[in-house]
Amino acid sequence: MVTIADYAGLEPTWCPGCGNFGILKALNKALVELEIEPHQLLLVSGIGQAGKLPHYSRGNIFNSLHGRPVPPAIGAKIANPELVVIAVSGDGDAYGEGGNHFIHAMRRNHDITYLVHNNQVYGLTKGQTSPTSDPGFVTKTTPYGASPPINPIALAIAGGATFVARGFAGDIDYLAEIIKGGIQHRGFALIDILQPCVSFNHKNTYSWYRERVYKLGEDYNPSDRSVAVEKAREWGDKIPVGVIYKVTQPTFEEQIPALKKGPLVSQKLELAKVGRLLDEFG
Amino acid sequence: MTANFNFMVGGEAGQGVQLAGFLLSKALARGGYQIFADQDYESRVRGGHNFFRVRAKNSQVGAIAESVDMLIALDKESINLHQKEVSGVIIVDGEKIKDAGGDSFFSVPLERLAGDKLMSNTVALGAALGLVGYDFEILVQVLRNHFGTGDVSQNNIKAAKAGYEYSQREFKGEFSHRLNPVNQTEGLLLTGNEAISLGAIAAGCKFMAAYPMTPVSSIMEYLAARSEDFDLVMVHAEDEIAAINMSIGAAYAGVRAMTATSGSGFCLMVEGLGLAGITETPLVVVEGQRPGPAVGLPTRTEQGDLQFVLHAHHGEFPRAVLAPATVEDAFWLTVKAFNLADRYQLPVLILTDQHLASSYATVDRFDLSEVTIDRGLLFSGDEAEQLAYKRHRITETGISPRAFPGQGKALVVTDADEHDEAGHLIEDAGMRTAQVQKRLRKLFSLKKEIEPPQLYGPETAETTLIGWGSTYGAIREAVDILRREGASVNMLHLNQLWPFPAEGVIDAIGRSQHNYVIENNATGQLAQLIRTETGKEVSGRILKYDGRPFTPAYIAQAVRKEGC
Repeated sequence: MVTIADYAGLEPTWCPGCGNFGILKALNKALVELEIEPHQLLLVSGIGQAGKLPHYSRGNIFNSLHGRPVPPAIGAKIANPELVVIAVSGDGDAYGEGGNHFIHAMRRNHDITYLVHNNQVYGLTKGQTSPTSDPGFVTKTTPYGASPPINPIALAIAGGATFVARGFAGDIDYLAEIIKGGIQHRGFALIDILQPCVSFNHKNTYSWYRERVYKLGEDYNPSDRSVAVEKAREWGDKIPVGVIYKVTQPTFEEQIPALKKGPLVSQKLELAKVGRLLDEFG
Repeated sequence: MTANFNFMVGGEAGQGVQLAGFLLSKALARGGYQIFADQDYESRVRGGHNFFRVRAKNSQVGAIAESVDMLIALDKESINLHQKEVSGVIIVDGEKIKDAGGDSFFSVPLERLAGDKLMSNTVALGAALGLVGYDFEILVQVLRNHFGTGDVSQNNIKAAKAGYEYSQREFKGEFSHRLNPVNQTEGLLLTGNEAISLGAIAAGCKFMAAYPMTPVSSIMEYLAARSEDFDLVMVHAEDEIAAINMSIGAAYAGVRAMTATSGSGFCLMVEGLGLAGITETPLVVVEGQRPGPAVGLPTRTEQGDLQFVLHAHHGEFPRAVLAPATVEDAFWLTVKAFNLADRYQLPVLILTDQHLASSYATVDRFDLSEVTIDRGLLFSGDEAEQLAYKRHRITETGISPRAFPGQGKALVVTDADEHDEAGHLIEDAGMRTAQVQKRLRKLFSLKKEIEPPQLYGPETAETTLIGWGSTYGAIREAVDILRREGASVNMLHLNQLWPFPAEGVIDAIGRSQHNYVIENNATGQLAQLIRTETGKEVSGRILKYDGRPFTPAYIAQAVRKEGC
């Protein structure tokens, strides 16, 4: 049986009170409840405070470059679709440096889960603006205020993601439920997670988020695209959290004939068949 | 008698120059000729001027020639540009191209005989082989192989026959070359890119991600077309950055993986190269050089990226660089690249160029029993259950046994940050030093895997011509030309450039009075490498950087000028 002790990783180096702690707890809870063992799991992260998360949990870990966790996650998933593959980024990693990968991974519907710790600021580099900073947000690199932000939820729905959710690091149980849904979903699952940064974002604080977030009710239908697009535009006095959009589409991996025989890692090469290829050049 | 015959097919993009050239090469190869054929094309889909040169010999051939014995001119521009190179005959459709008269012209009503403008190139192909009296049945076989059994095939055979018979019936000129089939052979006719693709499949490559770019796109296309049969996946990625990172992810998960790009695409991949370096992930990268910087001459050739691939990325980590000399070499070095990548857990670059990538050559059938697949040090069975597994364990050789994620209970942890033996990020000075040394230590044993440079010609000569990569055939033939003139010349050729085989180079330079590098670049990058690695300065540099490949005659002339 999988227990929470199986996911006890290294001691985190995050600031006390960081929203990342809630995300780590929610992820570990989700993995335990889904009875996924660490060796069945692959955590791929980028660079930033979020990128360190895998080391503080347990599993197979590929801590990649800034902005690049999605491509190696895709490569590993194709090589071995039996792995549960979760990519982990911050908002700069996912929506800034890694923007192109994010867009195309959604379009192709790779069967991976993407956790984006969205604190609306750059933490590791100490307080510069991020692609999701609120408009006018003043930082050392934007003394005259930040430009309007990306709307990751709307972008994901438009981009073809088949599971689009928003979570809040301050509500661990609900976030764990959302993460479970993302992992169980067949296809690309984006989970954008509101994550207070206690050191560099003094605007979007725990209390700022708490005053605004509300859970989508039982009556909300996430398969209705136009309702989801409308919901994605809500930001301000009220911020919806939960699964905003969810549909079933064939995954990239399901559509590859070569994967129908099982994972690529266990396929053997028949050299005799290569001989037949040579014949074509005779 | 020595046969050495040079065809050229010229025309606009879209006129079927490439197909006619390919089928001509195939027909001659089937009859036992050794072929070298290169393609010169512009960066456009229609119009412009393209040509395809086919050289047929009954002995070894590895380069194109400057003179043309027969020009098949599908447009006027081909005549304007190439008439002066032609020593034999020019086949032209006199009904379509006016003012193309003279002793060397043979007018064939290509379009009228074809009935359909689309098949003018096939009529020309028939006419060309008719003029040299080649066995028509071989051409029929080749057309059938290519077009299948339907109407298209029949119509093409009819068109070729019309051209062939027209030549035999109507030609009254003085051209008297004859090409008779030599023998039937088991050989293959393929391009450098096809050889790399086959090498990758034979080596058990299971994953490729790439972004289309001349001159390597055909590798992507070849692997994609065979993916179902060979249980491999080729992903057309959104960009080169994604391509190399996907390949690294697949390799980390346990399959042999590769990517391919040109020099300018490799600029984007440089970031990922270092990721493979620090995570010790085996990776094969094909870098097809074309003239830069930036977009440069996108469809042409150069050897301008040697220093780039040797140094690409910040920081220090081991890598291997192989530069295939010939189409055959491209196959075997690709197999070797995968073995080196796995054995030493590092990125291996296959440095090729547009000239080798798209040139056709005849080769003996690859002996697949010679293909070995060595995955290097792997954790297996019970070992993979060890919870204390450390992916980056410090070892004497620098090589740590690999486990694959999901293989057993062992957790495979690695990081683009500096890490400890278990793969977790660290800041510790001692561990940093130990990991850098561990990675660099792999070079000692890797170096022993690098074959010494190849010497061609007499062991000792007054002049040594030194080349690398795709110039092999041209330099080799230049040595033959100069030696026939009585010069004392040999060739030292490098196809495995890093770790640098210094001893062989020092040796050869020490034995000759003159030593010239022959390079398709403007600064003599091999000469720089030789100086850095051996402390020796070569006595001259014969360089060409106009985007076109060397010919043997060009090299011979340049060597005469330098003095030998």
